[in-house]
Amino acid sequence: MEILMSIIIGILFASATYLMLSKSILRIIIGTGLLSHGVHLLLLTMGGLKKGAAPLLGQHASSYSDPLPQALILTAIVISFGVTSFFLVLAYRTYQELGTDNLEKLRGKKEHE
Amino acid sequence: MTLLHWAALSPFIYALFIPFIHKWFKNLHMGWFILPLPTALFCYLLSMIPTTAANETIVEVANWIPSLHIDFTVNLDGLSLLFALLITGIGALVLLYSTFYLDKQKEKLNLFYFYLLLFMGAMLGIVLSDNLIVLYTFWEITSLSSFLLIGYWNEREKSRNGALKSMIVTVFGGLSLLGGIILLYLLTGSFEIREIIAYIQQQDVHSHPFFLLSMFCLLIGAFTKSAQFPFHIWLPDAMEAPTPVSAYLHSATMVKAGIYLVARLTPIYAESAYWLWTIAAVGIITLLYGSFFAVKQTDLKGILAYSTISQLGLIMSLLGLGAASVHFSLENDYFTIATAAALFHLVNHATFKGSLFMMVGIVDHETGTRDIRKLGGLMTFMPITFSIAVIGAFSMAGLPPFNGFLSKEMFFTAMINITKFDLFQFNTWGVLFPILAWIASVFTFIYSMLLVFRVFAGKYKPEQLPTKPHEAPIGMLISPLILVSLVIVIGLFPNILSNTILSPAITAVYGGVPSYDLHIYHWHGFNIEFFMTIGVFVLGILLTLTFTKWKNFYRIFPYSINALYNFLIEKGKLWSKQLTNRYMVGSIRTYLLYILTFLVATAGYTLLTKNGVNFYGKNLAQIGLYEIVLSLILIVATISILFAKSRLASIILLGAVGYSVSLFFVIFQAPDLALTQLVIETVSVALFLLCFYHLPRNARKKESIGFKMNNAIISVLVGITFSIIAISSYNTKLFDSISSYYVENTYKKAAGENMVNVILVDFRGFDTLFEIAVLAIAAIGIYTMIKLRLGGNNRENK
Repeated sequence: MEILMSIIIGILFASATYLMLSKSILRIIIGTGLLSHGVHLLLLTMGGLKKGAAPLLGQHASSYSDPLPQALILTAIVISFGVTSFFLVLAYRTYQELGTDNLEKLRGKKEHE
Repeated sequence: MTLLHWAALSPFIYALFIPFIHKWFKNLHMGWFILPLPTALFCYLLSMIPTTAANETIVEVANWIPSLHIDFTVNLDGLSLLFALLITGIGALVLLYSTFYLDKQKEKLNLFYFYLLLFMGAMLGIVLSDNLIVLYTFWEITSLSSFLLIGYWNEREKSRNGALKSMIVTVFGGLSLLGGIILLYLLTGSFEIREIIAYIQQQDVHSHPFFLLSMFCLLIGAFTKSAQFPFHIWLPDAMEAPTPVSAYLHSATMVKAGIYLVARLTPIYAESAYWLWTIAAVGIITLLYGSFFAVKQTDLKGILAYSTISQLGLIMSLLGLGAASVHFSLENDYFTIATAAALFHLVNHATFKGSLFMMVGIVDHETGTRDIRKLGGLMTFMPITFSIAVIGAFSMAGLPPFNGFLSKEMFFTAMINITKFDLFQFNTWGVLFPILAWIASVFTFIYSMLLVFRVFAGKYKPEQLPTKPHEAPIGMLISPLILVSLVIVIGLFPNILSNTILSPAITAVYGGVPSYDLHIYHWHGFNIEFFMTIGVFVLGILLTLTFTKWKNFYRIFPYSINALYNFLIEKGKLWSKQLTNRYMVGSIRTYLLYILTFLVATAGYTLLTKNGVNFYGKNLAQIGLYEIVLSLILIVATISILFAKSRLASIILLGAVGYSVSLFFVIFQAPDLALTQLVIETVSVALFLLCFYHLPRNARKKESIGFKMNNAIISVLVGITFSIIAISSYNTKLFDSISSYYVENTYKKAAGENMVNVILVDFRGFDTLFEIAVLAIAAIGIYTMIKLRLGGNNRENK
C-alpha cells in the first residue's frame, strides 16, 4: 500500500509542478493545492498505514495507527488553508487592480532595472 | 603603550582636533596648526639615530587582540627609521608648502588636513609596525586616505575617476597582501615579522606549497602600491590631486610603501630565486617603460608621474638584485651594493622628486597652466624656481655633483655586477639588465632636460598663458629650496648619510646579521660605469636636441595598459549586465524552473551516488479494493486537471481530489483529519470559485493549459524523484516511532481519549498556538488587503 501511495504522491507532485509552471495565477494556486494534498498524504504514508484502529482510546484495540503524523497533518492542513485563502484573495485583488491573471504580463518593467 | 606608539598614532589623535581648530581659529591658515606635529615627530625620530646606528632595534609591544596574536608591535630599526624620517621630514615640508599653495577662503582646508594627517599616521604605522596584520590595517588606511586626497576636488570628473582607479588598483593589491599575510601565518604560525624571520632561518619551508603562493600574493600587494608594471596605471591619474598631495603621497611616501614591504620581507624570501628574479625583472621593465613614456607626456605632472614610476622601478630592481647576495651567499659580496644603491636612491628620489613636484606646482600656480606646449621662456620671470628645477632635474638625470649622480653610479655598478657572474651563476638573460638600465637612463636624461628647458628656456609665449607669470611668494619657495639644498649637500657629502642612516638600514634589510660599512665615492676611476655615464650624457644630449624630429616615433605605440583597464571596467559592467539579463528574466516560471531543476539534480545525484534507492520493503500494508478504487479516482481527477480546458472544471476537479484525500483519511483511520479536510476543502473550493468569478472578462475565455516540453519533463522528474525518495525512505526506516508513549499516556497523564487532539493541545500545544496565530495573521492580512486602498480606487472608479 505504501508503494501505491508513494506513486500517487508522485503523480500529485508532478501535476502540481506542471500547474505551477503555467501562466495563469488561478492554475498556480490550484497547483499549490495539489502540492499540499501530496505533502499531507506523504506525511501520513511515511508514518505507516493500517497499523491498527483509529487513535481513540475508546476503541480498546490492541494497536492504534500512529497519532503523531495525524497531529502534524492537521496542523499542516490548517496552515496551508490559511496561506491558500490569503493567496486567493491576493489573486482576486491582483485581477481587480491590474486586470490580468497572466503571469507573463505581471513582469517587472524595464525601467525598474 | 610607549612614547613610540603614541608617536605613531599622534597624527590620528591630532586629526580629531581639526574640527575644533577649524571652528575656533578662522583667521589663521590651518596649515600653521598642523605643521608643528611632523616637525616635532621628525626631531624625535632624529634623536633615535644613535640607537639604530649602533644596530640596536627598539621593540615595544602594545596589546591589541592578544588572543589572535595581533598586537601593535613597534619595531624601530634602521630601515623603519629611514622611512619614518622621510615621512615626517617631507611631511613637514609639504605642509609648509601647502599652507601657501592652498587658498584659505576657497578650499575646504579642514578636510584636506584631516585626510593628510590620516595618511601620515597610517604611513608611520606601516613603517613602524612589526605585526603584519597591523601593517595591513595601516596599509588600507593609506589607500583610503589617498583615495580621499586624489578626489579632493570632487566636483571634477577627472579627480573622481582618478581616485576610483587608484582605489580599485591599490585595494586589489591590498587584498592580495592580506591573502599573503594569512598564508605566511599558516606557514610560520606568527604575524610578527621578527618571529617569522627567526622561524624561516631555522626551518626549511622553501618547498612548502604556501611559500611561493604567499610570496607572490605579497609581491602583488607591493607592486600595486608602488606602481610597478603593469599596475602603474593609477599613478598618472592620481595627478588630479592637489600638487602638495602629489609631492607627498605620489612621489615621496605612499608609493614607497611597496618598496618598504619588499625590503622588509627580503630576509624571509631572499633565498628563493623567484623572489630575486621577479622583483629585478618587474623593476627593470617598470624602469624602462616609465622612462620611455615620460618623454611622451605634455603635462608637467604627467612627466613627473611616469618619472616616479620609472624611478620606483629602478629602486625595486636594485632590491631584487640585493637579494642575490643572500641567494648566492657569495664571499665576495658584489650585490650588497645594490641594496645600498636602492636605499640611497630612495632618499635621493624623495628629495629631488619632492622639489620637482613643488616646482611644477609653483609654475602651475603662477602661470595657470601645466601644459608643456604652452610654457616656455620663464627663466627670466622665475629665476629661483628655475634654479630649483635645474638642480632637481639634473639630479634626476644623474649629473654630477648632485646626489642623483652618486646613486646612478651605484646603480650601474650593481647592474654590471650581474655580468661579472654571468658565465658562472646567472643565466644569460642577465646580460639584458645593464643594457636595459642604460637605455632607461638615456630616456631619464631626455625627459629631465625637456622638463627644465621646455618650461624655462625657449620662446616666451604670453598669449597662451592664462595669467602673467611672476616669481612665487617666498613661503612657497622655502620647502623646495630646503629640498634642493639637501640634493646638493647629499651630493657633495654623501657620507653624512652612509654610516648614520643607510648602513643600519642595509643591515635591517639583510635581517640584521652583518653590519655593513658603506662608503660612497665620487670618483671611481675610468671604469665601465664611467663610460656608461658618458654615453648617457652624449646620447641624451643628442636626442634631446633632435627631439622634435623623432617624437612622432611614439605614434607607433597606440595601445596602453590604460586602454586595457578601461576596456575591462567597461566590458566588465556590460558583460555582467548581459549575463544577469540572460538569467534574471523577470518571469517567476523561469525561476521556478531553476529551483526545481536544482532540486531534482541534487536529490537525484545524491540518491544515485550514495546508493539511496531501496525498493525492497518489509511491513507493507495490504491493498484492498476500496484503496484501489479510491486511488484510481484520485489519479484520474489529478490528471484531468491538467487537461481541463475551463478553469471552472479544474476547480471542481481539485475539489474532487480534496474529497478523495479525506476519504483516504477515513480509510487510514484518521477521523479528525477526514473531518477537517472535508470542511476545509469545501471552504477552499468556495474561495476558488469566488476568485474565478472575479476573473477579468477577457481572461476568462476557455483555453487549455498548453503543452510545454520543458515543463513536462521537469514535472515528471519531480514526481519520480519524490516517489523514489518516499519509497526508499520508508523501506529504510531505522528506528521505531515514539508514538507508543502517546498511546500509553494520553489518558494516564493528560486525561483524554482522543490521542490526536491531546497531542495538539497538550503534548505539543505550542504548535497549535502558532497555527492559530497563522490563521489570525491570514485573516487580518485578507481584511487589510481588501480594505486598504492606498493611492485611490482607480480601477473601481472607472
